[in-house]
Amino acid sequence: MTTARMREKIAFFVLGLITLLVVIPILMIIFYIVKNSIGSISWEFITQSPRNGMKEGGIFPAIVGTIVLIIGTMLFSLPLGVLSAVYLVEYARDNFFTRLIKLSVVNLSGIPSIVYGLFGFTLFVLFLKLGTSILAGSLTLAIMSLPVIITATKEALESVPLSFREISLSLGATKWQTVRYCVLPYAIPGILTGTVLSLSRAAGETAPILFTVAAFYLPRLPRSLFDQVMALPYHLYVISTQVPNIPVSISFATCFVLIGLVFLMNLVSIILRSHYRKKKLW
Amino acid sequence: MVKETVIKTVNLNCRYGALQVLKDLNLEIHRNEIFGIIGPANSGKTTFLRALNRLNFLNASYSQDGEIFFADKNLKNICDNILRKRIGIIFALPQVLPVSIYNNIAYGPKVHGIAKKDAIEQIVEESLKKASLWDEVKDRLDSPAMKLSGGQQQRLCIARTLAVEPDVILYDEHCSGLDPISTAKIEDAMQQLKETYTQILVTNNTKQAARVSERCAFFLMGELIELDETAALFTEPKDKRTDDYITGRFG
Repeated sequence: MTTARMREKIAFFVLGLITLLVVIPILMIIFYIVKNSIGSISWEFITQSPRNGMKEGGIFPAIVGTIVLIIGTMLFSLPLGVLSAVYLVEYARDNFFTRLIKLSVVNLSGIPSIVYGLFGFTLFVLFLKLGTSILAGSLTLAIMSLPVIITATKEALESVPLSFREISLSLGATKWQTVRYCVLPYAIPGILTGTVLSLSRAAGETAPILFTVAAFYLPRLPRSLFDQVMALPYHLYVISTQVPNIPVSISFATCFVLIGLVFLMNLVSIILRSHYRKKKLW
Repeated sequence: MVKETVIKTVNLNCRYGALQVLKDLNLEIHRNEIFGIIGPANSGKTTFLRALNRLNFLNASYSQDGEIFFADKNLKNICDNILRKRIGIIFALPQVLPVSIYNNIAYGPKVHGIAKKDAIEQIVEESLKKASLWDEVKDRLDSPAMKLSGGQQQRLCIARTLAVEPDVILYDEHCSGLDPISTAKIEDAMQQLKETYTQILVTNNTKQAARVSERCAFFLMGELIELDETAALFTEPKDKRTDDYITGRFG
């Protein structure tokens, strides 16, 4: 074997090893959580409210709370994010104003989540008088999710071939018809990826919901959009650090449920994506 | 017989940024003729075509002055989408949408408000027949258009343009990527369309212009050098540059 090929083999081996290093922590985290939660995970744990100072019972209200918050976040951020991206890519001319918007979007994604939390608290909870509520929490999480959704949608729209737009316009379609029928449908996989990614992050965040919606202990389901709810990440924080003598396995079981929820969301997006990818022929 | 003018340009100048692509262009195109435009690369042929349905304006650096009249109306006073419905274009490379054959053609009528299923089905069939493609695809209208061969795709594009009932069809070197047999089929289709439509053909292939067109214009560096009956232009060109080009001495 020549030295060049030897070197190549060694390089491949090293690269493979490095790639493996990325996977190992994930596997270890999952293994560790599963191992420690196995004693507490049960049907009751998922379907019942906490009892006896959260030392017993389940985490049902927190699961519902997190799901409600994810849905609320999506309702606000998905239309806003997608339409903003459509405007930026399809309609806006390249000038100082639009460059400013694009720059802000990029910078928004770099802001720490606790800052979003405080912002949401002052704007939605205090100034708009929404109180600590599902509405305020969803809006705060939505603002946090926007940059990722906008960026992903922008990239998805830009990757749709220019010729599709020309075909549509040359047949006499209006600008909006062109966007609606010849651009957006082909951008859906990319939009989906960005949305699920940012919603998964929103599902696991504690800081933005800390002052805007999360309840320390509220063993019933929300009745309106102005109710507080328990949420998995905050509940996890509470039982791990704020309340003494809670079995460790309950914390890990909560972790397990949170990760499972995020995993389910990703699974749905993977299925939808592969469904749309089958139609992609160019 | 006095021929009716469909398109008329008056002192048309087209620019991309500072680069002038067409200079003081004055010409008239008659109803139901096949008008050929020949010339080397960068002579402004495509820009001229795309000026007629205002597709040039998709490029932000484009600007034009002078007037273009379509059926005696100034282009500036016609809505883009109405204009483009009446002046269709076939692009150089077959550009099909990644949907079925049927939906490629149904798209145009649908955006123009035709909703009835049987009406659209009828339009699809008629358009495909006019573009001489019906017999080849009638049994697989639901299969993806991208699976058709290049020549079939280009005829599908013609059918798609016909489906919105234009008056004028622009061809932008539409046979440049096709083999001679596909080209012949498309030229046949063009001859049949002559009854109903005005056709403007830009081509790099001077022989095609000689075969298909009735009148022909020679563009060079953004200027109209010569315009004549095709037979005259190709047998006794008045300008030496035309002569050089069609006999293959440059370009």
